[in-house]
Amino acid sequence: MNLPIYLDNNATTPMDPRVLEAMMPYMTNLYGNAASRNHSFGWAAEEAVDYAREQIAKLINCSPKEIIFTSGATESDNLAIKGAFEMYASEGNHIITCKTEHKAVLDACKRVEKAGGEVTYLDPQADGRVKLEDIENAITDKTIMVSIMYANNEIGVVQDIKGISAICRKHNILCMTDAVQAVGKIPVDVQADGIDLLALSGHKIYGPKGVGALYVRRKNPRVKVTAQIDGGGHERGMRSGTLNVPGIVGLGKACQLCNDEMESETARLSGMRDKLEKELSQLEESYINGSVEHRLPHISNISFTYVEGEGLMMGVKDIAVSSGSACTSASLEPSYVLKALGLSDDLAHSSLRFGLGRFTTEEEVDYAINHVKEAVTKLREMSPLWEMFKDGIDLSTIEWEEH
Amino acid sequence: MAYSDKVIDHYNNPRNVGTLDKEKKSVGTGLVGAPECGDVMRLQIEVDEETNEIKDAKFKTFGCGSAIASSSLATEWLKGKTIDEALAIDNMEIVEELALPPVKIHCSVLAEDAIKHAINDYREKNGLEPLEK
Repeated sequence: MNLPIYLDNNATTPMDPRVLEAMMPYMTNLYGNAASRNHSFGWAAEEAVDYAREQIAKLINCSPKEIIFTSGATESDNLAIKGAFEMYASEGNHIITCKTEHKAVLDACKRVEKAGGEVTYLDPQADGRVKLEDIENAITDKTIMVSIMYANNEIGVVQDIKGISAICRKHNILCMTDAVQAVGKIPVDVQADGIDLLALSGHKIYGPKGVGALYVRRKNPRVKVTAQIDGGGHERGMRSGTLNVPGIVGLGKACQLCNDEMESETARLSGMRDKLEKELSQLEESYINGSVEHRLPHISNISFTYVEGEGLMMGVKDIAVSSGSACTSASLEPSYVLKALGLSDDLAHSSLRFGLGRFTTEEEVDYAINHVKEAVTKLREMSPLWEMFKDGIDLSTIEWEEH
Repeated sequence: MAYSDKVIDHYNNPRNVGTLDKEKKSVGTGLVGAPECGDVMRLQIEVDEETNEIKDAKFKTFGCGSAIASSSLATEWLKGKTIDEALAIDNMEIVEELALPPVKIHCSVLAEDAIKHAINDYREKNGLEPLEK
């Protein structure tokens, strides 16, 4: 076992060697431009891109023609939101989303607001899920789209996408989802789920960085988005730019592997995750954040009360995890996702996100459990808040001196 | 972010973690910071009433590695100092000693504040005017 142990697979994943192997020829001998229609170099590249389209389409159950390649999910989110806002300007200008979305969605929505659109940012419930009634109540005759992520990147909570898309259908508005964390990890089926636009990324599914896709429905209804990058009219005119052939080949291969191995991986990962959670829950005053019922199999977000997140990160330096505390930067803002669930700032600060992955072993999980337990126990012995809690003092009655 | 060796040393081997009896007249307690800000320091001193010398110092800190190191270092420095000498401790000395980066300067400010609060608590308990903050 090598240290440090990587448990941050929701931030990014290592590339699967099988993906790299598939990509290599397209970085060396097969360097053609997929848009070159008049020679064999171009044909080979185009063939590879078409094959990747099929691999992706199979994973999410769509037609290969409905895949638009992008530079990553941030671009896909931007294209879907800004592109639909422009394309459907004659029908309305209102978008509904949620406060726990990824910044790529939230900031694209901010841009829409600057361009004269209106956006409703719904509060999730305490378990992280959006209430369907809240979506329905927010719909106006100006609403063109609901954009709710499939699964959250910090807490792994899976939304009721079927329920959301049913509302969208009823009101004849688009159902967009940022499915970066869900695709390849749990079954995502754009037909059964009723999705019109879906963003996905390569590097979260053991594929390369710098490549992603946007699924754009072609039938019932036929959806179009206005291009955000102008040029040669690639990707059915929705996304210009020479295709990143090696990246696309890698994304395709990554999707195929996820598809082939999803069932066994889900069982293996959720088994290890549950063990991790059960063991760490034995620490007094530790809380699992977000719904445990509707959740991705490989993620756990736990708050350890009365220890501070960054101090905890330092104590668990042998494992690479992410903290709900962003105070490594100059700002002292805790995670906006955890805050949206109603967590107090101190609980949000004291949280760790564990993201297990394809290459995580049982031995590594065991190591992480002991490492975290030791660090939390040590820091609590050093924490004045823990002592006060143990003495039965209500911390909310103390007048703190804020800086 | 990379921590200096000294911060790591204080974090791994904190000096003087613990609690003094805050009811004692010879003990001064300073509690500064707020849980919402991610930093709470409690620094305590026990003063020899005859010599005005700090004979013991303890801390407990909820915070990042730099906050823990700043308070640990402060207790080390406080022991054996007179009250007047303790009051002269400047946060920039802590910054220098621990090589704190700019975003962590507030940890040293908090430690200096904690020292001043502990001294004031001791002064008030002993019928002296609190010093200006």
